[in-house]
Amino acid sequence: MSAILVCEALHKSFGAVSAAADVSLSFERESVTSLIGANGAGKTTLLNMVTGYLRPDSGRILFDGRELVGLDPRRITALGMSRSFQIPQLFHSLSVRENLLVAEGIAAAERAEEATDEVLRRFNLAQYGAQPAALLPEGVRKLLDVAMALVAKPKVLLLDEPTSGVAADEKYGIMDLVMGAVRGQGVTVLFVEHDMDIVSRYSGRVVAFYDGRVIADGEPGKVLGDAEVRRYVIGEEAHA
Amino acid sequence: MNNLLAVVFDGVVYSSWLFLMAAGLTLIYGVMKILNIAHGSLYALGGYTAATIAGAWLAAGQAAIGSYAMLVLAALLVGVVMGPLLERGLLKWMYGKDEVVLLLVTYAAFLILEDAIKLIWGVESMLLPDPYSLPGNFHIGTLAYPVYNLLLIAMAILVGLALAWALYRTRQGKLLLAVIHDREMSATMGINVNRVYLATFTVGSMLAALGGALTAPMIAVSPGIGVEVIVLSFAVVVVGGLGSLGGAAIGALMVGIVRSAAVRYWPEAELFTIYFVMALVLIARPKGLFSAPEARKI
Amino acid sequence: MSRDRTLPALAVACALLLAAAALAPQWLLFLLALALAKGLVVLGLVLLMRTGLVSFGQGLYFGLGAYAAALLSHRAGFADAALMIVAGTVCAAAVAAILGLLLARYREIFFAMLSLAFSMILYGALVKSAALGSTDGFNLHAKAFAGMALAAGLERRVFFAVSVVAMFCVAWLLHRYLASHWGRLSAAIRDNELRVEYLGASVYRVVYVNYVAAGALAGMGGAFAALAVGHVDPETAYWTTSGEFVFIAILGGTGNVLAPFLSAAVFEGLRTVANQYAPNVWQMSLGLAMLAIIMFLPGGLWTLLRRRSAA
Repeated sequence: MSAILVCEALHKSFGAVSAAADVSLSFERESVTSLIGANGAGKTTLLNMVTGYLRPDSGRILFDGRELVGLDPRRITALGMSRSFQIPQLFHSLSVRENLLVAEGIAAAERAEEATDEVLRRFNLAQYGAQPAALLPEGVRKLLDVAMALVAKPKVLLLDEPTSGVAADEKYGIMDLVMGAVRGQGVTVLFVEHDMDIVSRYSGRVVAFYDGRVIADGEPGKVLGDAEVRRYVIGEEAHA
Repeated sequence: MNNLLAVVFDGVVYSSWLFLMAAGLTLIYGVMKILNIAHGSLYALGGYTAATIAGAWLAAGQAAIGSYAMLVLAALLVGVVMGPLLERGLLKWMYGKDEVVLLLVTYAAFLILEDAIKLIWGVESMLLPDPYSLPGNFHIGTLAYPVYNLLLIAMAILVGLALAWALYRTRQGKLLLAVIHDREMSATMGINVNRVYLATFTVGSMLAALGGALTAPMIAVSPGIGVEVIVLSFAVVVVGGLGSLGGAAIGALMVGIVRSAAVRYWPEAELFTIYFVMALVLIARPKGLFSAPEARKI
Repeated sequence: MSRDRTLPALAVACALLLAAAALAPQWLLFLLALALAKGLVVLGLVLLMRTGLVSFGQGLYFGLGAYAAALLSHRAGFADAALMIVAGTVCAAAVAAILGLLLARYREIFFAMLSLAFSMILYGALVKSAALGSTDGFNLHAKAFAGMALAAGLERRVFFAVSVVAMFCVAWLLHRYLASHWGRLSAAIRDNELRVEYLGASVYRVVYVNYVAAGALAGMGGAFAALAVGHVDPETAYWTTSGEFVFIAILGGTGNVLAPFLSAAVFEGLRTVANQYAPNVWQMSLGLAMLAIIMFLPGGLWTLLRRRSAA
């Protein structure tokens, strides 16, 4: 089986709100998939369940054949799944360099200092090396967030809105750097996005959510042209 | 059976006292997210002021029944003076800082007030036995209890009901509950959060002072009476869940009765049963018995 | 890489204090001995604060260390200071190893209150224990160190010298620890626990280790304090003692391993002066000083030193 990540019949509700309703998805190795949908449609909930932050009410999640439900984020990360966050989760009082050193130390990197220098170079962060994370511009915070997730050389990388809150002219730069860093590493990528240009340019498959259900799944051209997607996700009215 | 009755009654008396202390503390935490160590000083101030005013009243030959009113008056005075003084004069400048930093600020205020009390009233004890002994005793079986204890219980119930009514049935109370839930949102909705904070802290201070005023006839009012009270009140508040009035009542009952049982059956453990209960509750329910749910972080 | 002057500074401090051990008058010796003992406790607090936790209950381990050391000489007849120090440290560490299993799960106010609760449990037990002297406590005498009998009058000087060496070793070890991956991880936990877990590290494990280390340090401090004062009583476990340690930690700041010892010395010095001339305003001065530091110098006195050297 070449699918590295499989979700089977996931259900999750918060009271009357259905965040995941019978979600079944499977992701091929080294594929790049984007998840789209309006706010509250269930995209981040999926990431939270897959990474062990939330427990699904029912259903299974298999990572390389291994059941994930019941494991916490720490163990799932150790298995080879990393994620970045909608609001960058950084160590605000530490410098950019120290943030990466922490990640390298946890990943038990042998030459942490050199590896950190390499990451700083790869992500164009060298000039910010000594700055405390709290003082960084948003785009740099996003990059650092992703860079830290990549330190552990994951098999699956989940990105939660990697370009949100970033100036329009910086978005492509960030995606180029991130996708460039994973190229040739055999990493499977899933990213949540609202910007449809980014979606069509960087992903080979798009999964659209609405009200906790998957309403479309396929190539960007097909999904972005789908009537339901246009109505519930992109927000365009169908004109008769 | 007599024994059990005594344990329960003693427990309820102690619980009433604990509740009076805990109610103000949990109210202030619920609204302002400050765990107020100076609560102990306000208790002491209540005791000293009560001893002074009621003492002067009785010494002037006035009707003994009026001394009870003096106790309550003392509490009101302390609350109305110290509440705004502490809130506007000190705490206002510290809002937005970390919770533990605010804790240290109130600890500093406590230290300052402890010495201020010594400077004003000296280090000698003050006694005010009359309100306590005046109503005499009543009997449960073969045991004699001061009627004053009943007064304490009645006060605690009155205060509890009054607070609950004020919180859940009046408009001001609903505003308070809104601020407890979400300060920022309340402010954007037009609620004058500053005024709510001032009112809350003043009421909380009054309650602490009331605890001290009502206790004054039962003890020798001396420097340091506020110190032990703080940790006891904290334990009750934490057990009940920070910010929960009902939790404070239940926590006070739990702690009071367990302590009373300890006093009768295992006296060596008396001093630490309260902390033992607190530790047990926190182990089972890490945020106390009734705590507010937390919003999603990621 | 900025020059790390900690080791030379430690060495200089050590040398000065050892000279004091030999030459200083008794009153100064007593003050410094107490300062070092408390400094050890505060060093543990600083480690915990680096991890984002403020313990209001280090008095538990301080008291345990003091009583364990005292009981060894009083009851078991081992009047050897070396044994007493080890006993105090080990005893405190053992209790911390057990309580830490529970406490490492709590944060913020709850951690502070739970730690306070356990220290008050010990206080209550000590006060009610007639066998241990209740509120009066009891005296202790140590006459030897590591098997060597000491001449009368020299004991305090020897114990102080030992505490100076202990300070040097412990401070240096902690300095290395804080500069290592685990030290950085502790700071990371303070900033963002969730991210630490998401990177694959166990927050609980780090907090637990730091907690036990802080407990051991407080126990060692308690033993040294008992030796310096010659007396133990339940006050060592009271919450105001724990509050004192927190004050000294804030006074000095968490910037360097030397800060706790420096601020403990300042604190003890001020306290001696206040007791002499103005005992009724000591607490008030403490309170005012704490407010001033929180408002104007949140990094503690240490930031004053840092600023001057950077200028």
